[in-house]
Amino acid sequence: MSKLPELIKKHEEEIRADWLKQLSTATRRSDLISDEEIKTQSRELLAAIADGVKTGEVRNLDGPEWAPAREVLNAVSTSRAKQGFTPSETATFVLSLKQPVFSVLRKQLASTPDVMFDEVWRATLLLDKLALLTVDSFLQTREQLIRRQQEELMELSTPVVKLWDGILALPIIGTLDSARTQVVMESLLQAVVQTNSKVAIIDITGVPTVDTLVAQHLLKTITAARLMGADCIISGVRPQIAQTIVHLGIDLANVITKAKLSDAFALALQRTNQTVVKVNAEGARKPFFKKEE
Amino acid sequence: MERIPILRMGQFLLVTIQVDMHDRLAVQLQDDLTQRISEWSSRGVLIDISTLEIVDSFIGRMLANIAAMARVLDAETVVVGMQPAVAITLVELGMSLAGVRTALNVESGMELLYELRGDFHSEMSE
Repeated sequence: MSKLPELIKKHEEEIRADWLKQLSTATRRSDLISDEEIKTQSRELLAAIADGVKTGEVRNLDGPEWAPAREVLNAVSTSRAKQGFTPSETATFVLSLKQPVFSVLRKQLASTPDVMFDEVWRATLLLDKLALLTVDSFLQTREQLIRRQQEELMELSTPVVKLWDGILALPIIGTLDSARTQVVMESLLQAVVQTNSKVAIIDITGVPTVDTLVAQHLLKTITAARLMGADCIISGVRPQIAQTIVHLGIDLANVITKAKLSDAFALALQRTNQTVVKVNAEGARKPFFKKEE
Repeated sequence: MERIPILRMGQFLLVTIQVDMHDRLAVQLQDDLTQRISEWSSRGVLIDISTLEIVDSFIGRMLANIAAMARVLDAETVVVGMQPAVAITLVELGMSLAGVRTALNVESGMELLYELRGDFHSEMSE
């Protein structure tokens, strides 16, 4: 039977005091976390460990007896991930518990080296596992953060701008996947209703590659806009993309495509019966855009 | 029985769908509309679906059918005021309503009808 639970329970105060001393020297980040918080966290964690270790099981921490410890660690690493700690700083919080525990074991089991070695090994296993748990949940929190930022980025990267009366432009930057198509489609259709626009220009200058899937997404958006009564023009088709589209056999026959945004804008003005004129020094007006026949 | 009213505006017909479109109502509309077109020799039909919030494939096909029938009777059909959610749903259902003309609102729909009827060439070039 392991002596570890008994020793931890008995010397909990001593270990904690020692641990706090360790924490204050090794990984002190007073700019990020207060003394009070560290004290609370260490008390909770140590109590949970003392609780969990009672069963003697240190190889597998998935059981219900370790649930409180897992919870505390989760909370600790989540808050630290948000506070801006590095993973190693977070892991050190748990790993710095080693020395205090070892020194207690050493003091109490000095007469029986074999037993002491066993217990030290057990404690190492346990604390390593706990540290790994901490890092895991730390990374999980970070990943959640990244995912949320990705979603925000997605919304930011699909602005719909009003170019002129009844003319919208939708510059797409980045690859068009199905999730983004949904956002693009929704924001475009919403803007069509709000601004009462008859023509929408989808500019794909910022789309690095166009494959069959991207083309299909574009066609879907165009069809939806047409159903609402707005015409779409695709602009910003780069030469390589034009080649790719033909090689892939994508049928864009029913879609108006233009090489440049300005060409598309000129057509949009024509479609909406508008014209932009240049005023020269004499005040005489001549058409800025030539009408296409 | 519940019916969707069909209003006559000169040579055009105006249909405003303001109730939940269920299947029987759609079939009834199809009947009434073809009847009216031939009775009044209407040249265009304007269907306002701006209050329609839910569509299924049946309603979508109905719109396409109405347009096709009207064309046989020599009338143009313009569907106006489709909500974004409805448009997305129809596209996801794979219905592009290829034969149906669309416009943003009743005003531009009327303009489109006049344009189609007034100028034969613009109809051909569309």
